[in-house]
Amino acid sequence: MRQYILRRLLIAVPSLLGISLVLFTVLALAPGDPFAELATNPNVPPEVAMALRAKFGLDDPVYVRYLRWLAAMTQGDWGFSFVSRMNVDTLILQRLPTTLYVIGSAQLLALLIAIPVGVYAATRPYSIFDQIANTLAFIGFSLPTFFTGLLFILIFSITLDWLPFVYSSDIKATGIRWLFEHIRQAIMPVMVLGLFQAASMTRFVRSAMLDVIRLDYVTTARAKGLGQPRVIVKHAMRNAMIPVVTLVALQMPAVFGGAIVTEQIFRIPGIGSLLISSILSNDTPVVMAVTFVFACLVVLFNLIADILYGWLDPRISFR
Amino acid sequence: MAPLLEIKDLKTHFATDDGMLRAVDGVDITLNKGETLCVVGESGCGKTVTAMSVLKLIPMPPGRIVQGQILFEGRDLVPLSSHELDDIRAKDIGFIFQEPMTSLNPVLTVGEQVAESLRRHEGLSNKDALARTVEMFKLVQIPNAEARVHDYPHQFSGGMRQRVMIAMALACKPKLVIADEPTTALDVTIQAQILDLLQDMKERFGMAVMLITHAMGVVAETAQRVVVMYAGKVVEEADVDSLFESPRHPYTQGLIRSIPRIDLASEHKTRLEAIGGTVPILINPAPGCRFAPRCRYAFGRCAEEEPLLREVAPGHRMACHLGEKQGVAP
Repeated sequence: MRQYILRRLLIAVPSLLGISLVLFTVLALAPGDPFAELATNPNVPPEVAMALRAKFGLDDPVYVRYLRWLAAMTQGDWGFSFVSRMNVDTLILQRLPTTLYVIGSAQLLALLIAIPVGVYAATRPYSIFDQIANTLAFIGFSLPTFFTGLLFILIFSITLDWLPFVYSSDIKATGIRWLFEHIRQAIMPVMVLGLFQAASMTRFVRSAMLDVIRLDYVTTARAKGLGQPRVIVKHAMRNAMIPVVTLVALQMPAVFGGAIVTEQIFRIPGIGSLLISSILSNDTPVVMAVTFVFACLVVLFNLIADILYGWLDPRISFR
Repeated sequence: MAPLLEIKDLKTHFATDDGMLRAVDGVDITLNKGETLCVVGESGCGKTVTAMSVLKLIPMPPGRIVQGQILFEGRDLVPLSSHELDDIRAKDIGFIFQEPMTSLNPVLTVGEQVAESLRRHEGLSNKDALARTVEMFKLVQIPNAEARVHDYPHQFSGGMRQRVMIAMALACKPKLVIADEPTTALDVTIQAQILDLLQDMKERFGMAVMLITHAMGVVAETAQRVVVMYAGKVVEEADVDSLFESPRHPYTQGLIRSIPRIDLASEHKTRLEAIGGTVPILINPAPGCRFAPRCRYAFGRCAEEEPLLREVAPGHRMACHLGEKQGVAP
């Protein structure tokens, strides 16, 4: 097991190298760099701008710059943000917990809704409960998060004035009050992201359950007189969860993508909004680092899914 | 002696897009204590649905028991809810399924799958249930039982899995075991072993066995009494000797003629006989005898009037118009 994880982590290294190479090349091809503004600034003489570019190595070929970035990266130097005037790693570490908090809560909410609803709907296919769940799920994943986000703000912040619509990272309160405020401001973004995820996951859980519930070993379990709840939870659900784990892991990139949009809407100071603002301000080192962090997270979640897989399904051995 | 299981005029139908499928359409089967009864017939003639109906294991919906009684020790199981039946399932009536490859849960150890039944019905602790499971595994001759209870189904061969299924069905010492084609999915040498094992277990525990099969060879070896089913109905019922010696129904005769006989083939170089045609689709079946379209003796009345089961000899019943006047079968 430990060997398996170690080997998977080693396999992740070349794929992350590949990802970073692609990211770096794309960013190098994109117009604009942190010095683009200097060129148009009349107060800076062209010779000075040229000298600065040469000094920072921006005129070197792409591969030289990539190797230089890679060397610095492996030594823990993630670069310097020209806009925020601070080290990129500090900047990301400041923003990452907020993003993980919001995304994590949203995923948890999605699973807490999708698994019970999907399983129950599958045990009573085409019942009224199933029809209602299906309709709601259909509406849920048809509505994009930027729409539901604005709708929620309109209803819960502007009309009802229950929840704040700007997320603040430094709440001026202490103790239980601080915790309460943190939860309160996260409710809307978590709901928007979580419900969207829950909608598609519910349908997936339902169909995975329907596939399993008809299988012979579920009939065997019934023939043992274990009772419906036991048959469903112990015999059917555990098997149905195997494909669900894959789906959740494969959806992680989409979840991060959705988080970027949601962070923009609710002005959450996470790495998604950091990415958008640094793209807009040509802050290349930050863009590079944030996209790389996203890539690492996706690789990590795939690894977690594979480990969960082996735990759920004894036919898969870690070799 | 009151029969152990008495199925009376059972009708199990399935709602399909094309109409009501009458999978089981008025079946009477009686099974005494300690008896081995074989239910034979082609695929699709309602054997499995009859067996599954006893413990309500058919998918409902679309399936439904529309009529009839299933008396187990005098108690009708049909009106019972699935929840009420849970006390009878595995405890009084054990079930062995056809496909050992798919009938065991791939993510649970085989030991757990046997032990959970013991915990449910005998109220045993984890430790005791496991000990009993090891005991059962030894009884069904699974080598190295102590270690193998912790293995998963994919680590077993087909024959070994069927032994696990038998251990599972017998764990709570039921009074009746329903075995639905327990050997069909296995290769021939293993088939014989599994049948021997079933016979052995039956003698040891004194239970009744309802063996569903389409192999006449299996019937001849194991059964005391035989029920022949065709298209959702019982067409003939007799003890095993009189069935093989003097089969009365043309369908039974056809089934027996279609058994490959190594002794006859070498002498006469005869072709193996088959019954032409296939089992009819049981949605809106035509009136009259359901076997008539495939019957070589069919005459006018067969297409109009449904033959009823009648006694042709003591303990020998069949449903055919032939020989009704003469009192003898063809």
